Amino acid sequence: MTVAVELRDVSKTYGKVDAVKKVSFAAETGQVFGVLGPSGAGKTTLLRLIDLLESPDKGDVLLRNRKVSAHARDAHLSRERIGMVLQKPVVLNRSVANNLAYSMSIRGWDEKDIARVVSQELKKLGLEGRAKKNARTLSGGEMQRLSFSRATVYSPDLLLLDEFAANLDPRNVALLEDMVRGYLAEGRERAVVLVTHNIFQAKRLCHRIALMWDGEIIEVAENRKFFENPDDERTAAFVRGDVVY
Amino acid sequence: MADLFSYEVLQVTLLSLYVSGCATMLGSSIGIPLGALVGLKEFGGKGAIKTITYTMYGFPPVISGLVIYYLFSRSGPFGDLGLLFTPTAMIFAETLLVIPLTAGVTIAAVTEIDKSIKDTIMAVGATPRQCVLTVMREAWVGLIMAAMIGFGRAIAEVGAAYMVGGNIQGETRVLTTEIMMRTRMGEFGYALALGVVLIMVAGAVFMFLRYLQEKELL
Repeated sequence: MTVAVELRDVSKTYGKVDAVKKVSFAAETGQVFGVLGPSGAGKTTLLRLIDLLESPDKGDVLLRNRKVSAHARDAHLSRERIGMVLQKPVVLNRSVANNLAYSMSIRGWDEKDIARVVSQELKKLGLEGRAKKNARTLSGGEMQRLSFSRATVYSPDLLLLDEFAANLDPRNVALLEDMVRGYLAEGRERAVVLVTHNIFQAKRLCHRIALMWDGEIIEVAENRKFFENPDDERTAAFVRGDVVY
Repeated sequence: MADLFSYEVLQVTLLSLYVSGCATMLGSSIGIPLGALVGLKEFGGKGAIKTITYTMYGFPPVISGLVIYYLFSRSGPFGDLGLLFTPTAMIFAETLLVIPLTAGVTIAAVTEIDKSIKDTIMAVGATPRQCVLTVMREAWVGLIMAAMIGFGRAIAEVGAAYMVGGNIQGETRVLTTEIMMRTRMGEFGYALALGVVLIMVAGAVFMFLRYLQEKELL
């Protein structure tokens, strides 16, 4: 296994709010790295820093051991190898098929290849019959699965998931979690960083987990140790469900 | 009183459509990209540029006409082109009025696109140019609205059109300048009928633009 993404002493401040304070961790390939924590802990900011949608005030973000920057003119090239799914299902105001095709067409893929991949993905999603419908007519769960597919059809090395199954019904949550497992199984060099406040989802999906609290990483541990024998009392309280947030 | 169903009225109507249509297309092709850039890019002085753009909504047509008149008059820098009192000069004068409107409405339209859509477009690896084009496509309804407002201003324009066109029969006479002329001649009924023609022509163009606006971009 190699390091897919590494953060070194990364800090980010918005006005007087320290959203992320000297955070360091490394997520390895072949694994789902979970960032668990209450709302407002800085988890989403962390993902935005990794996806170069924001720049850290201090510290470095490294993708495959290469320092990257949101300010770089070629930031979009770094993003080309990353997929991201947000909490809110986001679809473009166009057909289901064209939503899927979008991430491939901006990469200049051949039209025939795009059509072939779109057809495969529509089958996987069970949306073959609705390919030409506007994507905004789909249900929330279908939209989110479409967003997931759009973020992974171009085979990114790193997948960033920001509360990607929040507010969905159990069936769609299970389908989306299967899609995460499927994505990881398709390539050895792939890695996932999952941000969630859902303890159960972290337990089901993550290999290693970090607890983020008030902008800081409190503890990083393997799944079993994190839930059964954490070092920090705050982690223990969080996984017991004693923390109200 | 002149015949409303004459060749002359048809000619005037077609010239109105031609001048205001060209001004809308020219003004939109400048104003919409400018508005998109101002709306989507972060830079110093952005607030001031937005304020100036919105202030220009009230740009007096007579000033626009004056500027174009000066530029294309014999003593002006482009006097040699001989464009004064031609439809081309009228198109330029009306374009000046259309640009701030289309730019301003576009700024509002692209700014209103949800941040999560902009983030998603960037997150899937779009280049900055692709981001702008995709957001513009998402703001399609607003952009067509910009063109509609621009056309509304151009087709209803009279001051600038009169100043740089001269209301020359068969050359630069458009519906609005003819209505003004007929009113001065005391032919109120005819002027009113031409007004109805003007509204019907504008209505037909708006119906077409509404069709484009509601057409789903699949």
